[in-house]
Amino acid sequence: MRRLIAPALGALLVATPALAQEEPVVNVYNWSDYIAEDTIAKFTAETGIQVNYDVFDSNEVVEARLLAGNSGYDVVVPSGFFLERQIQAGLFQPLDKSKLPNLANMDPEIMEATAVHDPDNTYSVDYMWGTTGLGYNVAAIAQRMPDAPTSSWDMVFDPEVIANFADCGVAVLDAPTEMIAAALNYLGLDPNSEDADDLAQAEALWLSVRPSIRYFHSSQYIDDLGNGEICLAVGYSGDVFIAQAAAAEADAGVEIEYSIPEEGAVQWFDLLAIPADAPHPDNAHKFINFVLDAQIAADITNYVYYASGNLAALEFVDDEIKNDPAIYPVGEAAEKLFSLRAHTPQFDRLLTRSWTRIRTGR
Amino acid sequence: MSETATSASPWRPWRFLSRRLNAIGLTGKGLVILAPTLWLVVFFLVPLVIVGQISLSLMAYGQPPYEPLLTFGADGTVQLTLHLSNFLFLLSDSLYINAYLSSLRVAFVSTVIALLIGYPMAYYIARAPEKYRHLLLMLVILPFWTSFLLRVYAWIGFLRGNGVINNFLMWTGLIDAPITMLQTDFAVYVGIVYTYLPFMILPLYTSLVKLDGTLLEASADLGAKPLRTFLSVTLPLSMPGIIAGSMLVFIPAIGEYVIPALLGGPDTLMIGRVLWDEFFSNRDWPVASAVAVAMLIVVVVPIMLMQRAQDAVVERR
Repeated sequence: MRRLIAPALGALLVATPALAQEEPVVNVYNWSDYIAEDTIAKFTAETGIQVNYDVFDSNEVVEARLLAGNSGYDVVVPSGFFLERQIQAGLFQPLDKSKLPNLANMDPEIMEATAVHDPDNTYSVDYMWGTTGLGYNVAAIAQRMPDAPTSSWDMVFDPEVIANFADCGVAVLDAPTEMIAAALNYLGLDPNSEDADDLAQAEALWLSVRPSIRYFHSSQYIDDLGNGEICLAVGYSGDVFIAQAAAAEADAGVEIEYSIPEEGAVQWFDLLAIPADAPHPDNAHKFINFVLDAQIAADITNYVYYASGNLAALEFVDDEIKNDPAIYPVGEAAEKLFSLRAHTPQFDRLLTRSWTRIRTGR
Repeated sequence: MSETATSASPWRPWRFLSRRLNAIGLTGKGLVILAPTLWLVVFFLVPLVIVGQISLSLMAYGQPPYEPLLTFGADGTVQLTLHLSNFLFLLSDSLYINAYLSSLRVAFVSTVIALLIGYPMAYYIARAPEKYRHLLLMLVILPFWTSFLLRVYAWIGFLRGNGVINNFLMWTGLIDAPITMLQTDFAVYVGIVYTYLPFMILPLYTSLVKLDGTLLEASADLGAKPLRTFLSVTLPLSMPGIIAGSMLVFIPAIGEYVIPALLGGPDTLMIGRVLWDEFFSNRDWPVASAVAVAMLIVVVVPIMLMQRAQDAVVERR
């Protein structure tokens, strides 16, 4: 049924799809709060291509739409460990690098890191990258525990430490793969382990601190951290900085900090890619090339507080961002970062089940 | 009688058409119900068959993410493979049964609360002077003019630690420290009852407004106290409204996903979330479809019981 209806609808919506010249439209599907205010307007002014810009807040939703087929999107931005298996399922088309001269701007180190997910960077290029660490309310934490180990996972995984913050609210990302990896890393195990015993240990660790956690959610903590509703969150770097900025703007005495725990943290890459069935692949290449421009990439980083994989952009990035080790980690903190790999469907089922037990206690 | 003859002749094309339609078994009545039938087939039956079909398949990572039921061999053979393993899997893990039971519990409690709140409101509206009734009904329906999502989101602002309710209670001095209301089952009940209350009030109102006032007078004349009159006259006569309203609240509440996701705590386990996990986290469309089909069965049984109760009430009259 879907197979019959979708092309018919597509034919209605798109005037002349099969002709050589694409209509001047590109459909972009990106994370929420993840682009500078003027990027799209500048792209349209330069190329005359209209941008239909949609947003999502979880990798799972993007994946479901790509798997269903005929998503209609030309550019999507999944994280590396999701993109990895999506490539294997044939969901993307190879990038035509002759249409992407700005690839030369990219940081070779980042390209090498993302090649773990996408060998030879055939299908994708880094948009932004960040870490998953700790966001906390400075005053609320200090008041409850003056010597709190704010740059250690002990904040979350030591039952005696986290118990101090239960009353002011602790939030954890509802992102099973990442949260289990964080626990495995804390236990000194391989964060990408698919061993059932390792998983059981990680589960036991989470359950030991579970009574002190108020909720699991992947975006609610941004607001709550900013307005003092919670005082500790396991969250994405840039999102914590959004909360920090919101708190500073509200001027209600809430000060938010982000730390990359010294035991190591997940480093993730969000990658630009073109779905295999994208209706406007030419325009998609133009859009990707545009955001790889040094100035444009720097504008985005200056706005969203996530590090860019664009080396040439660095000179245009604000000093306070460039020199912030929580955004551009250096030295030991940088070395301790680790990336996630795609899991097999069998292990994912175990992992989801384990996460449900952690979340609900059942 | 001559009228039929004169009126028939200009409509010859129509008669011709109607005769042809009759010949293929379509009468005027058939045509009238054709539209809703088509609607149900296209938007209910076909999707249901697709879901049922996926629930009998096996997961495969690709596009689409499940194996085809029909495979065509090179020698022209067609093979149909049906897997019942997804349904057996639901029985193998207590998670699914617990989630169903807990969804039924949440839906049941919400329905009872909505009935207790909705009945007096509907009663009051039905007894109000006629010129105010439309205004009062309007007020019941008014919230629908705002997006459902926004209204649920607004409750976050009311219920949270430094939200409206806590701030008010602390201002009055009734409490010293904020009460944790958000991310609890309490918040889920508030959200569900608030959202579905109009669906309870409207059918209750329709059955209460039809209530013949002289029956109440007769009851009073015969010496019944107001409570007795209510229990033996008003309540039985409004039974169809109670059943219809309860069904309209109970059924959508079972599969509710948004309200527990926004207001509920991490230990609020409902089938909607389990479905999300299967579909998005596990990418296992066949198991997700099996959960949906099983849920349909779980929902259909209470509906049939309520339907039977309603029929019994109607028959008794």
